[in-house]
Amino acid sequence: MTALLEVENLRVAYGKIEAVKGISFTVEAGRIVTLIGTNGAGKTTTLRTLSGLLKPLAGTVRFDGRPLSGVPAHKIVALGLAHSPEGRHIFPRLTIAENLQLGAFLRKDGPAIDRDIQHVYELFPILGERAKQASGTLSGGEQQMLAMGRALMSRPKLLMLDEPSMGLSPIMMQKIMDTIAELKAAGTTILLVEQNAQAALSLADHGHVMETGRIVLSGTGADLLHDESVRKAYLGED
Amino acid sequence: MHELPQQLANGLILGAMYGLIAIGYTMVYGIVQLINFAHGEIFMVGGFGALTAYLALPDGTALALALPLMVLGGVLASVAVGVAAERFAYRPLRGAPRLAPLITAIGLSIALQQAIWKWYPDAKKARVFPQFKGESFDILGVTVQRGEVFLLLAAPLCMLALGLFVSRTRTGRGMQATAQDPDTAKLMGINTDRIIVIAFAIGAAFAAIAAVAHGLKYGQVDFRMGFITGLKAFTAAVLGGIGNIYGAMLGGVVLGVAEALATGYIEEIPGMTQFGGGSWKDVWAFVLLILVLLLRPQGLLGERVADRA
Repeated sequence: MTALLEVENLRVAYGKIEAVKGISFTVEAGRIVTLIGTNGAGKTTTLRTLSGLLKPLAGTVRFDGRPLSGVPAHKIVALGLAHSPEGRHIFPRLTIAENLQLGAFLRKDGPAIDRDIQHVYELFPILGERAKQASGTLSGGEQQMLAMGRALMSRPKLLMLDEPSMGLSPIMMQKIMDTIAELKAAGTTILLVEQNAQAALSLADHGHVMETGRIVLSGTGADLLHDESVRKAYLGED
Repeated sequence: MHELPQQLANGLILGAMYGLIAIGYTMVYGIVQLINFAHGEIFMVGGFGALTAYLALPDGTALALALPLMVLGGVLASVAVGVAAERFAYRPLRGAPRLAPLITAIGLSIALQQAIWKWYPDAKKARVFPQFKGESFDILGVTVQRGEVFLLLAAPLCMLALGLFVSRTRTGRGMQATAQDPDTAKLMGINTDRIIVIAFAIGAAFAAIAAVAHGLKYGQVDFRMGFITGLKAFTAAVLGGIGNIYGAMLGGVVLGVAEALATGYIEEIPGMTQFGGGSWKDVWAFVLLILVLLLRPQGLLGERVADRA
């Protein structure tokens, strides 16, 4: 069986600075795969390249059996690859409901879109309570919920989450992580980028540790969680 | 005779015209952060497009019948130039330092003026634009010229249509998303290149409608007419809060009224006699701009500066 996402020898550069120096990994349908690593390891660059916002220097990306090279960003989401970006990037002057509708921008099935919006409100009740409010007024955690809900609105085959726990209180972070587990249980395939290695590895089927643009270690979530070098470098143990 | 209601009406009419043109500056700025300094010339080209349509009609066609075709001709000419400018002049410079598209815009402005001067028949001097004949209207003691009625109908209709388009349609919502966060808009599946073209096209169409109104009001079109009017409309856009479409119209009206009042009343202030009258009105318009930039740099309805930080 081929994987849903296959990344092979991907290299990405900003000008002359190579941020991703040839990485390969796959994401199988129904799994959670995580990329962990410190700031500047190239995780966000990888996601932005997969969703078409950055052009790779070299390498191939196949999604759902199709090469993605040369496909513009606005067409990639149509193929079933949704991206909840780092820093949330909700549309602050639009309401919560309008943000969610934008997540379904390419869909034409009106009634089903409304049902999916209701589903997001069930997942995150606070969003439903504030549906008509400008989303810039939400707290950081609520904005994260909105960003995730918005990404789900395209009914993606693969959901890419970039730092969903960044800047959140422990309670809010737990809520987000619980939701990711729920999504997985519902069969969603997720590529998760996190600095919070403990949380990410506990959820993930598979993990890759990135350092300065390279994957330096790969394994199942449980293996990495118990790997001594990972524990030292990322889980703050000595 | 400087009756206040008449001065206000004059200002409102002038301001509605500035406002229509200002929409083009503000929409393009709101989405690509570019001041399209060629927009005044896109307005001017619309005037010549409308004149061309009029001249193509058989002699003796009633102006009221010709007007829809003149609007169409003007809109086609302006939109063609606006969209071509985006595609061939500005798009290749997207992501370049901001000075590059700005200089391009100024160059394009000069090129368009010179192109009309050189190639439009007899355009080296102002060309006569058809005007409505007959008595002006008297509305509650305010005199309104026949040609001005077109603008008084067109400006609110255009604003209403634009407001509905932006808030109610899918493309309009895509436009708001693109203005607020272009990269994330792409992640939603929005073709931001297409949105940018639409913004240029709407701005150009509104400028063309303003140009028809300008022609009907002054009875002529001139290859230089886009410069000062464009600058005023840009002022209106900044005054209202650049990036905000309602601000553009409000800024236009405030500017128009301020100009009319300055023209009518400044000379009555003791010691200011020599600063009154029509020849000083441009000065007062820009004094108003300077005051707004000092006291409320985000403009009357602006909030972008804080939002974008």
